[in-house]
Amino acid sequence: MKIPYYPGCTLNTFAKSFDESARDAASAIGFEMAELKQWNCCGATFPLTPDNLIALSAPAKVLSNAGKEGDTLTTLCSVCYNVLKRTNKVLRDNREKRATINGFIEEEYDGSVNVLHFLEVLRDKVGFDKVKAAVKRPLAGIKTGAYYGCMLLRPFEDMGIDNAERPTVFENLLKALGAEPVEFPNRIECCGAHLAMNNEEVVTKLSGNVMTSAVGSGAELIVTSCPLCQYNLEKSQDKVVSSTPGYTGVPVIYFTQALGLALGQPIESLGFEKNVTDVMPLLKKKGIV
Amino acid sequence: MKIKLLKEEIESASIHHLQRISGEDLKKCYQCGNCSGGCPVSYEMEIAPSQVMRFLQLGKIEEVMKANSMWVCVGCLQCYSRCPKGCSVAAVLEGLRQTVLRKGEDFEKISKIPMQFLKNAPQQAIVCGFRKFVS
Ligand code: SF4
Ligand code: SF4
Repeated sequence: MKIPYYPGCTLNTFAKSFDESARDAASAIGFEMAELKQWNCCGATFPLTPDNLIALSAPAKVLSNAGKEGDTLTTLCSVCYNVLKRTNKVLRDNREKRATINGFIEEEYDGSVNVLHFLEVLRDKVGFDKVKAAVKRPLAGIKTGAYYGCMLLRPFEDMGIDNAERPTVFENLLKALGAEPVEFPNRIECCGAHLAMNNEEVVTKLSGNVMTSAVGSGAELIVTSCPLCQYNLEKSQDKVVSSTPGYTGVPVIYFTQALGLALGQPIESLGFEKNVTDVMPLLKKKGIV
Repeated sequence: MKIKLLKEEIESASIHHLQRISGEDLKKCYQCGNCSGGCPVSYEMEIAPSQVMRFLQLGKIEEVMKANSMWVCVGCLQCYSRCPKGCSVAAVLEGLRQTVLRKGEDFEKISKIPMQFLKNAPQQAIVCGFRKFVS
């Protein structure tokens, strides 16, 4: 199986380990992530004012390019997924907007590509049972908090990957990998997002709430599906440790790094050295490496 | 506090403009407060999400424009997700931001953004920040 894949700007640079661990995991499971021959930035935010058509032209171009390579498109970053999936819905359902956008980007795209998050590919195309069968290094005994954040789930009627309040897809994947998923109160709350640009205080508070909520529920590890969540959590770590009595920090990694680990990929290939909080002591303690 | 309600304000051109670009009907909101309860940054907002809706229903757009609410909204859609009336405060706040940015007024000056952030942050944070704060 070969699935057209949109990495997006951040996975091509800042979050290389997210991209590489996913590609390697895919081939270990038996499918290929075929990067689109041509792609551009998705715009990194879906415009919330419906009259803002210009902001839909960049993701529409990506979708139109994908349409030339197949009927499915997968992506890893939650934000790219949100922008592409929502734009696709506009193009599919709104004839007038479709005509305007197509005219502007000089394409004839009809919204027929099926946009899937990598988690959906694993769950619906491959099947978690098959993922489980490919596990060589079970993450046994690691209490893991899956941090969904916002963009993977909301708005529900557009994303539809899972229940927006009580999602399970991430936890089910973690179970397949042999880990012990921990549901924690803040798993669907925001990390502070783009306020990283100008409001460190809010980001530290929100990201801190996510990490302390996870640890408070017993998590020893957090997995993410968005480079901005990853950045905000990691960047806040030290400040939260020094301001929260009893909190000593928690490693935060991309879910594909956990996947690669469980699939038995060489540790050096997983990019753990790029993570701010070292995950190795935990893996050693659990006897996984 | 005594406030004066004026028909001209309630039906002002700026209120109509905001409803048009945001696609939201402000009158739908029945003030249950779910949005403010779910909003992760309402503690930081000078006017909380449900209050933003009320101010606007009463035509008090100037007050809302002066508050920090639209600039600290993280766009997480928790308000929309939990609104029993299907209102999107997120879209209303984006409409307010767009009203400013479309006039060519920046909230953040690019030259003032710390170089350290531009060098180290993920590209998506920079692009998204520009979309939300720069005209
Ligand atoms: S949740 Fe909806 S109806 Fe309730 S106060 Fe907020 S906008 Fe109004
Ligand atoms: S989208 Fe904005 S207003 Fe709505 S809950 Fe999130 S931060 Fe609050």
